[in-house]
Amino acid sequence: MAIFLNADSKVIVQGMTGSEGMKHTQRMLRSGTAIVGGVNPRKAGTEVEFEGGVTVPVFGSVGEAMEATGANVSVVFVPAAFTKAAAVEAIDAGIPLCVVITEGVAVKDTAEFYAYAVEKGTTRIVGPNCPGLISPGQSNAGIIPADIAEGGRIGLVSKSGTLTYQMMYELRDFGFSSAVGIGGDPVIGTTHIDCLEAFENDPDTDAIVMIGEIGGDAEERAAAYIKDHVTKPVVGYVAGFTAPEGKTMGHAGAIVSGSSGTAEAKKEALEAAGVKVGKTPTETADLMRSIMEGLSA
Amino acid sequence: MDLFEYQARDMFEKHGVPVLAGAVATTPAEAREAAERIGASSGGVTVVKAQVKTGGRGKAGGVKVAKSADEAEQHAAAILGMDIKGHTVHRVMVAQGAAIAEEYYFSILLDRAERRYLAMCSKEGGVEIEQLAVERPEALARVAVDPNVGIDDAKAAEIVSAAGFEGDTAEKVREVVKTLWTVYREEDATLVEVNPLVRTESGDVVALDGKVTLDGNADFRHPDHAALEDTGATDPLEAKAKEKDLNYVKLDGSVGIIGNGAGLVMSTLDVVAYAGEEFGGQKPANFLDIGGGASAEVMANGLDIILGDPQVKAVFVNVFGGITACDAVANGIVGALDTLGDEATKPLVVRLDGNNVEEGRRILAEANHPLVSIEATMDGAARRAAELASQN
Repeated sequence: MAIFLNADSKVIVQGMTGSEGMKHTQRMLRSGTAIVGGVNPRKAGTEVEFEGGVTVPVFGSVGEAMEATGANVSVVFVPAAFTKAAAVEAIDAGIPLCVVITEGVAVKDTAEFYAYAVEKGTTRIVGPNCPGLISPGQSNAGIIPADIAEGGRIGLVSKSGTLTYQMMYELRDFGFSSAVGIGGDPVIGTTHIDCLEAFENDPDTDAIVMIGEIGGDAEERAAAYIKDHVTKPVVGYVAGFTAPEGKTMGHAGAIVSGSSGTAEAKKEALEAAGVKVGKTPTETADLMRSIMEGLSA
Repeated sequence: MDLFEYQARDMFEKHGVPVLAGAVATTPAEAREAAERIGASSGGVTVVKAQVKTGGRGKAGGVKVAKSADEAEQHAAAILGMDIKGHTVHRVMVAQGAAIAEEYYFSILLDRAERRYLAMCSKEGGVEIEQLAVERPEALARVAVDPNVGIDDAKAAEIVSAAGFEGDTAEKVREVVKTLWTVYREEDATLVEVNPLVRTESGDVVALDGKVTLDGNADFRHPDHAALEDTGATDPLEAKAKEKDLNYVKLDGSVGIIGNGAGLVMSTLDVVAYAGEEFGGQKPANFLDIGGGASAEVMANGLDIILGDPQVKAVFVNVFGGITACDAVANGIVGALDTLGDEATKPLVVRLDGNNVEEGRRILAEANHPLVSIEATMDGAARRAAELASQN
């Protein structure tokens, strides 16, 4: 089953003909993703050839691509200055899932296209500034390396790309139903809570790893949600205990402001909700390992 | 980026927000000259205000009323160079004096959790707003703002009425709130705060003190924002890193850190700090994310910055090869050490995992550089780096 993305997903790429778009479309194809089209109004009607003689048609708009191919997922690689326009186009076309990989999108632009998506009510936004999501063995929408781990019964949600990879690597002997990189920006479309809810309802997920980091209060909110709504075991990890106040740590959203947004507060909230929190990624993986071994015993 | 008060004042003025006359000064003589000019319209009275990006400057003695240009010069001499919560005062703003009847509060900010904006307004300004929010939450109106609608006439009326304003003052506050929304929207701000917003004895509503945070991701739309940066306050290593387009934050420990991806690097800092507890409290010396590419050139630039930090005693390179293959990272490290030659003098602990890791480790083993040691796990490498830092 997996969440948000599965073997039936038909994926288009907005910005496919750019260098990042080309590179990652090739990688997504290689991992077995059904890439059914690219979008670029200036190259509409052409085809792009990938490895092994695979050709992907280019359409003039998301709407045209959906009509011609039945696409239900879009992955956005367009530059930050044009990301809002690309997302609005996808929302207008009513695509069910729009995954925005682009880093450096202005907060105002994201706030505006997210509010628009909510108003329209048909498009789930993942990102921006995220690695996308993968349901191993089924489909890969974004830039998560498909060869780290295979399919399995752990669900993973993370603000960080490389910590997603690290955790998938640590738990590769178990595998994942889905891994979702929700992104490190102050405003993101899909939250920890959205993923926790979906994993809770997914019959193919037995346990959940949740990775957070400093900034905002998404982890505290997720903790409250877990306490009231999640019955499956959850293991957590929070990055940024040593981050100084007032400094942005790489991700635009990763900043401790005054006494809010600290890793300590997030860890405490998660533990109060019954979530086991690891001190390091490896310790977190070990906590999950013992849960999975307990479930299969 | 947070602005100084005087920069916020100028930005407010540009967008039609009512403000008092004010000018920035870096020397007592400049303050005197500004007070002569600005005080002329307020009976010679000015206020000399320390320009620091922190609160509580009034209590610290950083805000003084001057009745003459002489006094303004004296106050400036006392305030310049003062330390306020670790911030040295390099500038003062000389502002026109005003007879204040009442103090209010207004802000617009990004509500990350709700993913929209939040306007906050109160008739009780001039105090710490966090304190007001806790002690008398009913006195602080909180009104959600839809990013695609913004603060139009109806929303401004809603905010002002929720805060309990009435009559002529309500009308004036409403107009100011609309101009402050213009600042928020047009300048790509994530925070615009006015505390206090005041009603003067003559009945005008004026923004007396302003705080503005701008979104760096929107700089492409605002070439003028680059000039607002306080380059003088930047750490020299951070400035050098910025020139080379590196994502670097200086910290005060002894273990230099290089990694790929913001989350993994943050995690690396934590893991080093835990491991360092065993070795006399060794801590990370910096945050440095070299991103996905991790080419030899980027690695060399990163190592150059970190080895140039005299506090660094050992370096931990922590890379998970996702898109980047580990062999490319290993070649980057070897290439960087070649480029640096004798300048590279501190031990490097390298942990590689992920894409093509065997080849990456082989390249490092073959190069057999005397400064480089390879560790199999992140936790083990952190421990080794902390240990080496404690020995050097």
